[in-house]
Amino acid sequence: MELIDQKTKKIMEGCKERARDEGLTFQDESLEYIVSNRDLIELSPKNMIPTLYDYWVHDVEVLKEKGKYELYPANPYETVINTRPAISFYNDNNPDWLNVMIFYHVIGHIDFFQNNIFFKHTWDYDFTGEALSDKRLISRLRSDHGRYVDYVIEFSRGIDNLVGYHRELSNLDNLDCRDLSKRLNYYFDVFLQETKSIKVNDYIKEIERYNKCLKENKDHAENVFFAEIETKYPEFDALFKKSIEKKTQRITDVVRYIIENSPFLNQEKNKWMKSIIEVVRKTALFFQPQIRTKIMNEGWASYWHEILFLKDDRIKGHEVDFARVNAAVTSLPRVGLNPYALGMRMFYDLEEKANKGKDLYDFERIKNVIERKDYDQNTKKGKEKIFDVRKNLCDFMFINLYIDQDFVNKHKLFVAGKRMNHQKMVWEYYVKSKDAHAYRNMILQSLYHPPYIEVDPEKNKGNTLYLVHQFEEKPLVNEYIFNTMMGISYLWGGPVQLETSEALIIPKAKTPKNFQYYFGSQIDEPEKPDIKWQRVVYTMFDRKLTKKIL
Amino acid sequence: MENSVDADHKKKFAYFESLKKNGITKEQEEKILLELNDDQKHSVPELHELNKPILPDHLYSYSDLLVLQNHTRPYVAYQNYLKSLDELLEQDRKRESDGFPRKIRVGRLVKPGKGGKDKVVVVPTTVEEKFIHDPSFQSKEEEDASGGSGEGEEGDVIGEQPMHSPDGSGAGPGEGEGGPHEVESSAYDLGKILTEQFELPNLKDKGKKRSLTKYTYDMTDRNRGYGQILDKKATLKKIVETNIHLGNLPDPDDIDPSRFLISPSDRIYRILSREKDFESQAMVFFLRDYSGSMTGNPTEVVVSQHVLIYSWILYQYARQVETRFILHDTEATEVDDFYTYYNSKVAGGTRVASAYKLVNEIVENENLKSDYNIYVFHGTDGDDWDTEGKEAVPELLKMISYSSRVGITIAERKSGYQRGSSEVQEYLEKSGLLADFPELIRLDVVSDDANETRLIESIRNLIS
Repeated sequence: MELIDQKTKKIMEGCKERARDEGLTFQDESLEYIVSNRDLIELSPKNMIPTLYDYWVHDVEVLKEKGKYELYPANPYETVINTRPAISFYNDNNPDWLNVMIFYHVIGHIDFFQNNIFFKHTWDYDFTGEALSDKRLISRLRSDHGRYVDYVIEFSRGIDNLVGYHRELSNLDNLDCRDLSKRLNYYFDVFLQETKSIKVNDYIKEIERYNKCLKENKDHAENVFFAEIETKYPEFDALFKKSIEKKTQRITDVVRYIIENSPFLNQEKNKWMKSIIEVVRKTALFFQPQIRTKIMNEGWASYWHEILFLKDDRIKGHEVDFARVNAAVTSLPRVGLNPYALGMRMFYDLEEKANKGKDLYDFERIKNVIERKDYDQNTKKGKEKIFDVRKNLCDFMFINLYIDQDFVNKHKLFVAGKRMNHQKMVWEYYVKSKDAHAYRNMILQSLYHPPYIEVDPEKNKGNTLYLVHQFEEKPLVNEYIFNTMMGISYLWGGPVQLETSEALIIPKAKTPKNFQYYFGSQIDEPEKPDIKWQRVVYTMFDRKLTKKIL
Repeated sequence: MENSVDADHKKKFAYFESLKKNGITKEQEEKILLELNDDQKHSVPELHELNKPILPDHLYSYSDLLVLQNHTRPYVAYQNYLKSLDELLEQDRKRESDGFPRKIRVGRLVKPGKGGKDKVVVVPTTVEEKFIHDPSFQSKEEEDASGGSGEGEEGDVIGEQPMHSPDGSGAGPGEGEGGPHEVESSAYDLGKILTEQFELPNLKDKGKKRSLTKYTYDMTDRNRGYGQILDKKATLKKIVETNIHLGNLPDPDDIDPSRFLISPSDRIYRILSREKDFESQAMVFFLRDYSGSMTGNPTEVVVSQHVLIYSWILYQYARQVETRFILHDTEATEVDDFYTYYNSKVAGGTRVASAYKLVNEIVENENLKSDYNIYVFHGTDGDDWDTEGKEAVPELLKMISYSSRVGITIAERKSGYQRGSSEVQEYLEKSGLLADFPELIRLDVVSDDANETRLIESIRNLIS
């Protein structure tokens, strides 16, 4: 691994200037390295972080069939990593014009890393630097505690998808309503909405009443406002106090809870394990935003490499080369989901819409197709809009908000189905649906989504740790439960219970199968069985797993 | 070609008719018809089809280095892996002694080449277990849905892909993504690993040592006076003996070798001599059901396990193993090499007895039982048109009279249209063979999604 030469570095710096002129913002410094195949062998298991801690699983082929992206939510072949300064990797035989294009792409990523709020927790430190000291720490511990270090890493990694990423982020977020009193927040956010579940217009009336109080008497607005509430809802005060108590002992994520409360880890002789768990947790948190912004991040970078390179005079003489490379990267595949292609088109589309004012509510109300098509308020807010989206959204929101029927029609998108044709013995791909709703759902289904599992301290009995898996119509992979729970139980130093839901699949009552139908028909239509859900509790005690139906 | 297929089909129908005459249930008839009318053929897939990469079209499989910079995935030379394999397995053993279950699996296993040049590929693999949503749970519909773009109305077929993968395990072990990451090792090495690291038992009774007509030459004979190599130890002994007789060694506590005399005949040499080789050797029959119902997982399970068994026996008998491969649907055929055995696609109906009968015939015709320890391993999904084993059980009885071990693996379907049916298991248990001859015949039922660990466990059940 070596730095790029001075000439190439100069090209990069030139690219940065042009990118800044277009409104991208990022730190001045960046590091560019040439990587060889040999480097990649070492780097790819560590997700391109050169200083990541050593762990034996990195030396083994990991089984890739089952839930690969859920198990290993980081890309092993990332070109640019979110460090300070940002580090990017290059082939050593890229021609200059291609490097210019890639630099623009990389700059797009760096801008995204450093501005998208889902990366907020990574803004204040250099991950490679911390990783290096963690790596040293772990190798020192390894010399003291031998293979038990690897067990602790293994067991912590077993729960590194339960690190409470969103909670971590929201703790960092200084929203304006933070300045409001807790009492007010509780009243509007929880009490009215959840406890009382009042109607929307009553809710708005309350807000108006508060604003009125604020206008009339700025200093004592809150007291005046709550004076009325005390008579209206006499139970409010008690509930509010209770909620404060609850919040202070509110449980963080599973990993954090174990670090803080495990009787085993808190024994003097085991305290060293905590630092390893912290390292694993921190690493997992670092990778979380990457996988949750894949479409946006690649779309944003592709959008910018196209815009910027087309404006760059260095494209001269390489227009065709560029067109070929760019098309290979950003064309929509006939079948498949290319995040570059999809994300880029979405940003273009958003920009165009916002330029015409189509992102506003007035437009939403128009139902007439022709009117919709010709609508143009000439608002010119396109760039502003996409920068705003790049700052505030993640893939889920991006897809959920901006894939509409117009977009699907415009780019001729569809959900592709796959079915077996018995007679020809082939898999057939077919156009399954051109409905935007279906298309959106299909993408949302394939987004990274770890299970929602938390500790329920009220159900911890004795020295047992009680985990609750919230029901989302998605059962867990059964065969992984044993080892994962055994790991948790080791770190916890006592029995562990997991409450989860399992699906009982009830096959449809068999209609006598018409033989001719079965073989004569072209398609093997999938039969949807009935699913009955049951709540179960797994108990890991003394390295034995038992299951009980609730 | 067409004609022979037709003839074959007619034969099957004739067999079906005869079964019908003897009375079968309606359910049974339906099942048979299902297999019978399946128009698949037992062909061996083309090689290029085997080597086709699996297209990575998942959202998260795109990355800048590969897409934008056209970088190839790096690969590691297998020698580097081999070293770590030993270390990893050693570490894995320590895990067990620390009270944690093992984690290393011997990865996907075979890369069959044509003409007996099979390569066994040992890739240490592992998986980091976590709580994750079960991707296989999604209804079939959601699972197969993907994005698409371009022309076409709803319902239009836009492309086809030969379904080599779920059939006959064409894209089976050793294929796909692993490509260049493989460790090439001989089956013998795998057998060693299985025996030593996974603690598969050594064969208790290797059978009687049978003399072969082979001779080896070794420096075993001793000769006085001349020869190829001086046997120093024996010569010294002789010298001491001679000198005791001569009285040159009066006090054993105070020996003075300078007074020793050496007679020419004291020199003992070793000379080359012809030795008869007493090696035990084995003949292993691998029987695989390749009827239509074996589609997909059951086939995969059966062939994977047979590779493991093959490797283990190869090691146990120090390579003195001959293998025979037999495929059967309603008819049994012997095939030449492992490649064909491994890759032949499934089709047709099931008659287990046909395979057993063929084995018995081969053993008899070639008079194998006097010279070989005979092992028979049979893999099936447990379906048999001959539901009560009227034909199979007598053949089996004959078989166990000469074999060292018959091992039957039933890869039980967990899902699909013939789930959980296991006629073979039923009639075997009924016949009492399993209980009467536990040392000679074993049955193990594994689910069709068994992993390697389970398969090794199953081998232990079959052979211990």
